[in-house]
Amino acid sequence: MKQLIKKTLALIITLFIVSLLAFLAFQIIPEDPVTHLLGTEATPEAAAALRAQLGLDRPALVRYFSWLAGVLRGNFGESYSYHMPVRDMLADKLPLTGLLTGLSFLFTLLLSIPLGVLAGSLRSRLLDNLFAALDQILMSVPPFFEGMLVCWLFGLVLRLFTPGDYVSYKDSWSGCIAYLIFPAFSIALPRVAMTVKLLRGAIRQEMGQDYIRTSRSRGAGRAWLLFRHALPNALIPVITFMAVSLAEIMTASIVIEQVFTVPGVGRLLLASISNGDFPVVQAIVLILAAWIVLVNFAADLLYALADPRVRLD
Amino acid sequence: MKKKTTGINSFLISGAVLSALMLGLILLGLVWTPYSPTAMDGAAKFQPPSPAHLLGTDNFGRDIFSRVLQGADATFLIALCVVAVSCTLGVLLGSLCGYYGGLADLILTRICDSITAFPAVLLALVIVSLTGRGKANVIFALSLLFIPSFARLTRGEFARCRELNYVKSARLMGVSTGRILFRHILPNTLPVLLPAVTIGFNNAILSEASMSFLGIGVQPTEASLGLMLSDSQTYLQSAPWYALCTGGAVVLLILGFSLLSEGLQRRKDG
Repeated sequence: MKQLIKKTLALIITLFIVSLLAFLAFQIIPEDPVTHLLGTEATPEAAAALRAQLGLDRPALVRYFSWLAGVLRGNFGESYSYHMPVRDMLADKLPLTGLLTGLSFLFTLLLSIPLGVLAGSLRSRLLDNLFAALDQILMSVPPFFEGMLVCWLFGLVLRLFTPGDYVSYKDSWSGCIAYLIFPAFSIALPRVAMTVKLLRGAIRQEMGQDYIRTSRSRGAGRAWLLFRHALPNALIPVITFMAVSLAEIMTASIVIEQVFTVPGVGRLLLASISNGDFPVVQAIVLILAAWIVLVNFAADLLYALADPRVRLD
Repeated sequence: MKKKTTGINSFLISGAVLSALMLGLILLGLVWTPYSPTAMDGAAKFQPPSPAHLLGTDNFGRDIFSRVLQGADATFLIALCVVAVSCTLGVLLGSLCGYYGGLADLILTRICDSITAFPAVLLALVIVSLTGRGKANVIFALSLLFIPSFARLTRGEFARCRELNYVKSARLMGVSTGRILFRHILPNTLPVLLPAVTIGFNNAILSEASMSFLGIGVQPTEASLGLMLSDSQTYLQSAPWYALCTGGAVVLLILGFSLLSEGLQRRKDG
């Protein structure tokens, strides 16, 4: 319990620092947002008026706290390019990216654990090396190229879906999910390869431990040893890795959204970077960073729950 | 499982062969390409692979093989710069932190831990959105982001070696600190550092390609495999070889080094 309170406090401090960094980073931009909005021809009076209207004439620290106060109430400011609240721009993008992340995570989980157990229990050296080589190849494919391969193979050759013909979840949930299966699969594949490699190593290591030998000498069968003894212990490092990969899945979706033209947070982020729309970039970076910090926090907690040795320290 | 005792394994061999092959092609691309990578030929648009054009031609009738060679050169040089800068700075920082310890070590380690918690592409996006795009900024952003992983690794090794007898006796004999750090300890960290360098190299290639693909890396008119892939996506239907050949080149480039690093790691673990 004391640990939990300590960790939660550390989490709050980390989130605070992340928000400060996300704010400060966009204070050192070489380009002045006012010149960006008005162009270089603007009169000094107009520039000053806009500066006051945007609140840019106040000291940075004051702006930080008013921005933070807004963020805590869900108000991320106003977009420079679209003159609408950033919150409204994110409102229909976040669920989509969330859905994509969730689907990818589900795929990773469903594919990697059975495959990892299989790889860990293979006794043929040839098959084992083949598995490892396949793993290595899968990990070498850049995520965006993998997305393009999926588009080409499943979309254009097998005609299972039409790349670019995204169905909004507002129109049809099933249609949207049917489309998202393919980008989710592209995101999941490299994660599956990594998790399989990790799980394979962990199972191998556990199977060599003394407690397995003792159990075997008392007549326990191979399946019992694998599933009852080795697997629960081997899954501990995997749990942490899976939680952390939730963070990477979210960033991978930025790239994959571009390949499959899914109008999610990633596409908005890239468009806003090109437009110099810093309030939007700032908001998305903050949300992604907070997500990563939270996921790491959850991984920490899960780890302590799963491994009694960690709880004791 | 019987452990191999020899230092050579199939991963190391296949990785070395593939990497040597790709390096050979990259060196070749620096001095010679079958066609000019920028020569357009309106009559030869979208030609599928043939003896005349090994990997076919693109939407301007440019020879894809020549462009892949040129793009691989650019990608390789960027990755080389990134790894050279980040490895040098990371090793320097890590060795000092690990050897001396203390408050500076504590703070720097915390900073490195927090940076590595975030995916490189996300941080690179933020940095590039602040500094602007282009080759130099990509190198700057990635070098900065790759320092922590090298620093962390080196720090651990130096902290471990600091208390070992050979270092203690060197200190007693009055060997200068610089010499202890870089002549005595550094060579002993190579088994750990070498796989990290190959992995870092891969990550650099991957990140550069991703950034150029997203349009925030190397800018058009300059060659880059990521940029070519981004172009080729439009013609996935009509000219699939454009994307497949370009992407295949990226995969082979990365696979060679990743096999090499896997082989090195397996050799270290026995």
